[in-house]
Amino acid sequence: MIATENLENLLLEISIRYGYDFTQYSRASLQRRVASFVAKERIHNFAELRHRIMNDGHYFTLFVEEVTVNVTEMFRDANFYKALRSTVLPVLATYPFIRIWHAGCSTGEEVYSMAILLKEAGLLQKSLLYATDINQTVVEKARSGLFSMQTMQQNSENYIKAGGQGEFSAYYSANYNLARFDESLSSRMVFSTHNLVSDASFNEFQLILCRNVLIYFDKDLQNKVLETMDKSLDSLGFLALGSKESIRFSPIDKQYIQIDNKEKIWRKTI
Amino acid sequence: MAQNDLNKVPQLIIIGGSSGSLEATFAILSVLKPSFELPIVLILHRNNVADNGLVNLLSMKTHLQVKEADEKDQIEPGWLYIAPPDYHLLLETDGSISLDASEKVHYSRPSIDVSFETAAVAYGKDLYAILLSGANADGAQGLARIKENGGTVIVQDPKEAFVPYMPEKAMELITVDYVLDAANIAALLNELTS
Ligand SMILES: C[S@@+](CC[C@H](N)C(=O)[O-])C[C@H]1O[C@@H](n2cnc3c(N)ncnc32)[C@H](O)[C@@H]1O
Repeated sequence: MIATENLENLLLEISIRYGYDFTQYSRASLQRRVASFVAKERIHNFAELRHRIMNDGHYFTLFVEEVTVNVTEMFRDANFYKALRSTVLPVLATYPFIRIWHAGCSTGEEVYSMAILLKEAGLLQKSLLYATDINQTVVEKARSGLFSMQTMQQNSENYIKAGGQGEFSAYYSANYNLARFDESLSSRMVFSTHNLVSDASFNEFQLILCRNVLIYFDKDLQNKVLETMDKSLDSLGFLALGSKESIRFSPIDKQYIQIDNKEKIWRKTI
Repeated sequence: MAQNDLNKVPQLIIIGGSSGSLEATFAILSVLKPSFELPIVLILHRNNVADNGLVNLLSMKTHLQVKEADEKDQIEPGWLYIAPPDYHLLLETDGSISLDASEKVHYSRPSIDVSFETAAVAYGKDLYAILLSGANADGAQGLARIKENGGTVIVQDPKEAFVPYMPEKAMELITVDYVLDAANIAALLNELTS
């Protein structure tokens, strides 16, 4: 483990040198990630860690890949997707054009899940899905539309639990170890890196998903990011968070109502 | 065995368990004295079912208030926090709880090691950790870290444990402070606050 003081200094230096500010990330998780980076890279001491990160941009990229948690799956939380299908999509259907933002999209499983949902509701052709993440490597992976075949069993089960209406395997073609997802899905997606800590909102959306990202931030940063979301959301738009996240303690709470008392989906009331 | 000074009152009790640990958990919680107010964090391996059943079940067994932990919960006396399914529960040095959806550890999320290791750092010697029945090696490494940081470690007596593997694994790795059956774990906890 890295001494607390050393970690704090390193985060400050990284912020100045690279413009990536991790100083408001939850510490216990960050400590674990840094410790596992140090072990994987066989780094002997803090001085070595600091030296390599500060003097080698590629090495810093590796560091970012390790400290951000990218675990995800398709149709994660079946009931959440059911609620989207039954409550949110019918409203979106009434708009001439639908813009959705996946903030913290990781390797893209959530985006493909959403595209499948839209396709089954007959809405995909008038939708655009913007998918962003701080981690460039996962964004590139998401853009490729390629996923490991090993995860398809689980994804398929999730799809069925989430009320999928078709045959999940119809959405991809298997090629050895890889599942290549249909271009009809990816043609409606726009991928880009975007840092929720420092980058501004960039569009107006009817639905924003930011799931399992806020849990890594301290309260102030959570509030700041929620304000960015709020600014990026059309009036009467929807905001969806992860199953253990909430807007309850943030100033934007007043302008939102939770549309479903179990799932973490809120609707802007103004 | 008990080299630790019983006079020091810990700030947190943390309990980990896997298969067969629910009975032991009930046995411990149900005999805690009404005056027992130390906060407890409970990490049980569950099969990803996001049910409130466990909160209700445990509420019937204890005078402590029971809740499934939310991220940023500030740990308060008189409360029992349960790790939510499919998240790791981490203890912060400011006395709050963080959740994390990172990779499984020992095929488990929540993982007992993750919670124990972060608790070791956050609470040092002010921590009592209890490892119960289970068929998994999760928890042993975490107990070792707690020990290193001056905390007190207790395992359920493998003779009593429904599945002895988990406490045995810990006993292979470190010298634990106490090996006790559920009734005596409860007695020990009761003594802490008397
Ligand atoms: C656990 S994943 C969530 C993936 C997906 N939304 C889900 O719920 O399955 C969290 C993602 O947030 C990203 N992230 C962390 N900090 C970020 C930041 N400051 N800006 C944008 N994305 C960030 C990570 O790179 C990671 O891919």
